Amino acid sequence: MTTMKTVFNKTGGLTDKPTHYCPGCTHGVIHRLVGEVLEEMDILEETIGVASVGCSVLSYEYFNCDMTQAAHGRAPAVATGVKRVLPDRFVFTYQGDGDLASIGISEVIHAAARGEKITVIFVNNAIYGMTGGQMAPTTLIGQKTATTPFGRDVSIQGSPMKVCEMLSTLDGSAYIERVSAHDVQHIQKAKKAIRKAFETQKKGLGFSMIEILSTCPTNWGLDPFESLEWIKENMIPVYPLGVFKNKEGVN
Amino acid sequence: MGKVLMKGNEVIAEAAVQAGCKYFFGYPITPQSELVAYMARRLPEVGGLFLQAESEIAAINMVYGAASTGVRVMTSSSSPGFSLKQEGISYLVGSELPAVIVNIVRGGPGLGNIQPAQSDYFQVTKGGGHGDYNIPVLAPASLQEIVELTQDAFNIADKYRTPVIVMGDGMLGQMMEPVEFGIRKVPELPEKGWATTGTRGDGPPKTITSLELNAESLEQRNHSLQRKFAIIKENEVRYETYKMDDADFIMVAFGTVARITMNAINKARKDGIKVGLIRPISLWPFPERPFIESRDKVKGYISVEMSAGQMVEDVKLAVNGHAPVDFYGRTGGVVPTQEEIYEKIIMVAGGILI
Ligand SMILES: Cc1ncc(C[n+]2csc(CCOP(=O)(O)OP(=O)(O)O)c2C)c(N)n1
Ligand code: SF4
Repeated sequence: MTTMKTVFNKTGGLTDKPTHYCPGCTHGVIHRLVGEVLEEMDILEETIGVASVGCSVLSYEYFNCDMTQAAHGRAPAVATGVKRVLPDRFVFTYQGDGDLASIGISEVIHAAARGEKITVIFVNNAIYGMTGGQMAPTTLIGQKTATTPFGRDVSIQGSPMKVCEMLSTLDGSAYIERVSAHDVQHIQKAKKAIRKAFETQKKGLGFSMIEILSTCPTNWGLDPFESLEWIKENMIPVYPLGVFKNKEGVN
Repeated sequence: MGKVLMKGNEVIAEAAVQAGCKYFFGYPITPQSELVAYMARRLPEVGGLFLQAESEIAAINMVYGAASTGVRVMTSSSSPGFSLKQEGISYLVGSELPAVIVNIVRGGPGLGNIQPAQSDYFQVTKGGGHGDYNIPVLAPASLQEIVELTQDAFNIADKYRTPVIVMGDGMLGQMMEPVEFGIRKVPELPEKGWATTGTRGDGPPKTITSLELNAESLEQRNHSLQRKFAIIKENEVRYETYKMDDADFIMVAFGTVARITMNAINKARKDGIKVGLIRPISLWPFPERPFIESRDKVKGYISVEMSAGQMVEDVKLAVNGHAPVDFYGRTGGVVPTQEEIYEKIIMVAGGILI
């Protein structure tokens, strides 16, 4: 007789609703990481998440906590409103790079500058996923998208925006790290980073953000495996991984 | 508490605090900046919070976040800033969140000037942002009325889960009058079981959203919003009439202009011209009843506005062809004088009577 042992479980941080993400998209992996952290820290009942606009617009159906859905780019302002009323709760936003680095860049800069005690989960896939693969501020030089059909040209569209580097210059930011979701080892690191961000919030140290390099096989025109390789080979050299800010040495 | 001499903008702020508003997110713009400054000083005294946002867009979205937790929250602005808030206002309506938004209107379009105007009438009463919606709009004409209407605005917002606009022209924001606070009793806040405050072991997670990807479902949601608007139309109409009983002509004016018009009416009455006034207090829902009741008895209506003619369209709809509707307006921040309005009355009365 063989005895069965549970080796893998669904996290209580996510609902049972199947996600709508494309096969090979790492949005789903990142959801799971956030869900696991919230569950392991036992803070799901104390958390209010703010969903943004983009492929993750429906994330309010997936996270197993109270959720508010914000207008395109405005999640950090909405999160500010929530956190300022409920300073003892955990508040996080989940935003894509179009949402955060383009239309919502002002909101995130000022939330960081004010030292809002919120956590931003920033999913950088170097493209607009939901609207069909247009250029994002994070699109790489030479990368072809629906609106850069000849490749992003610095002389026309400027250079990719490095959000971690930028926000870490602000005094109000407390913990800022860039991680990647392209292999198991990096996914584990990403989870640790997300946990550190929430711990930063718990300690009331200020603004925390984790940028996660993520895939968009559908709009990159690559299969899921090639997409993971593409992160490693093309994105990481432009967006180096690591801790950019750790105000009071969260470990 | 006796009467105190205060500036209009500050009266709105104090009335809001006394209505239980503890959170304010704003951005400076003339002629409403005193409201923002007053809140910065006053809210900490009541254990509340004032935050100067980086823009009107951020401010209204902070309001959205705060409102989603169920507290009483407010923002204020003037025309160019109010335009920026439209995105957030549409989302507040879509997500059915209560909040109070003040618009102290100045001359436009564009940067315009900082003189008083009423030219945001269309923007506040016809939706303003994207989608099918209306918001209750209250337009006080005196500082004492501001006290009452600001408090009513919060009550209406909570009762119907809707943003409510308090609209005044720059004159109302800037002028000083004696006012008395604390006349109205602030009711208990209604239960806000929908608020997202963290589940805290209190049942399944809640969501606040205006997204509905399925067309039929979104249509249902719109129908339900329209039903709510119909109930608001039924219950929240406010207006005042003046010397209507024997009037041959009826002036229509709101806010500061209504007061000036009233003086012009008194002068015309001395000359034997029978003229009265309808003063809409709720701009949406627009008070149709006094028009329906008078439109077959009078010789005509004159809408007087600090705009190129916006409310006059609602007057025409309410009169529905039963009587002629004329218009007198000054725009660009010019305030019409009592004499000008009097002249207009004489012209119209003369033209029709002779
Ligand atoms: C005000 C406004 N402008 C534009 C849009 C359309 N829009 C929806 S998603 C999106 C891009 C989102 O891209 P990103 O944030 O990178 O997220 P992803 O879809 O890649 O996950 C845009 C432009 C919108 N919903 N609202
Ligand atoms: S379009 Fe791209 S980002 Fe969106 S779900 Fe599909 S793969 Fe993911």
